[in-house]
Amino acid sequence: MNKINIIHSRFVPLQEENVDTDQIIPARFLKATTRDGFGKNLFRDWRYNNDNELEPKQDFILNNASYNGQILVAGKNFGCGSSREHAAWAIKDYGFLVVVSSFFADIFKNNALNNGLLPITVSDTFLASIFALDKEATLSVCLENQTITIDATGAVETFDINAYKKTCLLNGYDDIDYLLSNKAAIENFERNRA
Amino acid sequence: MGKTLFEKIWDTHIVQEVTDGPSVLYIDKHFIHEVTSPQAFKGIEDRGISIFRPSQIVATADHNVPTQNQHLPITDALSRFQVDTLIENCKKHGIELYGLGHEHQGIVHVIGPELGITQPGMTIVCGDSHTSTHGAFGTIAFGIGTSEVEMVFASQCLLQTKPKLMRINIEGTLGKGVVSKDIILYIISKISASGATGYFVEYAGSAIRALSMEARMTICNMSIEMGARGGLIAPDQITFDYLKGRTFAPAGAAWDTALAYWQTLYSDADAAFDMELTIDAAAIEPMITYGTNPGLGIGITKNVPTATDMQDEGEQKNLEKALQYMGLTAGQSLIGMPVQHVFIGSCTNSRIEDLRLVASLVKGKTKHPNVQVMIVPGSQKVAKQVVQEGLDIIFKEAGFEIRQAGCSACLGMNEDKVPAGEYCVSTSNRNFEGRQGAGARTLLASPLTAAASAVTGVITDVRTLL
Repeated sequence: MNKINIIHSRFVPLQEENVDTDQIIPARFLKATTRDGFGKNLFRDWRYNNDNELEPKQDFILNNASYNGQILVAGKNFGCGSSREHAAWAIKDYGFLVVVSSFFADIFKNNALNNGLLPITVSDTFLASIFALDKEATLSVCLENQTITIDATGAVETFDINAYKKTCLLNGYDDIDYLLSNKAAIENFERNRA
Repeated sequence: MGKTLFEKIWDTHIVQEVTDGPSVLYIDKHFIHEVTSPQAFKGIEDRGISIFRPSQIVATADHNVPTQNQHLPITDALSRFQVDTLIENCKKHGIELYGLGHEHQGIVHVIGPELGITQPGMTIVCGDSHTSTHGAFGTIAFGIGTSEVEMVFASQCLLQTKPKLMRINIEGTLGKGVVSKDIILYIISKISASGATGYFVEYAGSAIRALSMEARMTICNMSIEMGARGGLIAPDQITFDYLKGRTFAPAGAAWDTALAYWQTLYSDADAAFDMELTIDAAAIEPMITYGTNPGLGIGITKNVPTATDMQDEGEQKNLEKALQYMGLTAGQSLIGMPVQHVFIGSCTNSRIEDLRLVASLVKGKTKHPNVQVMIVPGSQKVAKQVVQEGLDIIFKEAGFEIRQAGCSACLGMNEDKVPAGEYCVSTSNRNFEGRQGAGARTLLASPLTAAASAVTGVITDVRTLL
């Protein structure tokens, strides 16, 4: 897994609440058997008319060339719905490394963390102040210090992250490494309950 | 202080606590299906490790299978490849597969319980958010992502942080025409699509205890639709009677041992919850959703909310966007509105009891000519039972189309889709934009309400037909 620590980037503001995983990646794209290539179908039905890449919806934020960056900023309850990890893969594959919201759905958050995509929960006020910024504005994220900063104003907010998950992201470890190192304890557990 | 039902199960499955982090939680049963497993199998192979406990995994093909002509090769090349990949992976790793054509095949959350694989006190996971269904048996059951599927493959464990606990008590007696789907749609409409995020929910109270296992499964199934990772109900005599004699349920002396343990699985009188709600069963009407998340639901006789009913600007914007997608107007009544489709199926409402409910209402009636009605049984076993009980004749005479088992139009992965702009009263669990097909407009309701609307061709208060 990729390591994450400091990200300094512009951002893409998606001012929608309750963005569900069916919007992030519609079910018809879940027929793949690999983790690659989902980025081109990210927000497919919000991005294109008639499911046609030649007919981009002009008012959708990903089709507005003046917005870009490695940080996606969205309204509350982001990633609700299905457990499809394809949603995290699609966001990552598109080029985002961080998703900022005031509230994340549980399974999406875990899926993001397991894929080196950093979900940052900020206060409603901080979220509103990001949405109020102009297109050229940049954000700075420091995982080590657990901070997100609006560079133009210097406004900074700290965010929570589980200490274990933080170590994983900073070092590019995944849970399987940890679980495999505990095999003896797991086998012991099985023997004791049998 | 006493323990909650959740804690009793959780505590006996902790292999190890991690300092400042999640615990290592042991998983008893792992269900897998064709859509969220291939990348996990690949991950295991790339690491050069084998599956730790293949005998604790059960596979089926459900999400991406056709519901017609299942004996023929799947025509969609990508779907066929995905289903074939599951077959190959299960063979390679020694995993039991109930694939197409197998008498046990069906929607993963229907077959686990009906085969007696799901048993009280277990920890159960599956790469599907509706795994919460199994909580109806007093289990800790929750949906996981594909990376987590890979973790369970590797170690039969997951790293999990203990969730907060909520108890929702439904007290009293349900009114005529009101069923368990209405209870859960009512709860979600009250606490919103994100109101239980971070929690596991225990459903309790006299109205819950009076429900059958099928009805309890419908409730636990939709826990995720209010953000909860899972929901559970204490097992009782109804649970034990349901399980006894099922294919994989314990038998003989093993049954007695299991039963003695299962009878200890309830929240102690002095157990503490982080949050507790009580709802009067009599206040619940048949429910229907009008918006694009399951929290946007109303009693069938109520009007669609207006901007002034909303708490803040964000909610007003959400309402406006949802109504625009749904082609509805703030303040309007839904009763009498024409619908073009009725879908009866999904892991929420495709069990034999659901289909009996539908049959009880449509017996001797026919569907409205402008409505297409599709019934998709949850499993091969349910499909067989439909025929044994003669329900198929009632459905055929009513003009309903009966398909073969699978997830079908609940998520629109296969060809069973609702065309753009058309309305579908659906017994499934999600009314998200495009869920049942690009542009499709889904109205979630109970099997009874769906059956009533199929007969009249318009959204109907089922109580007027009873």
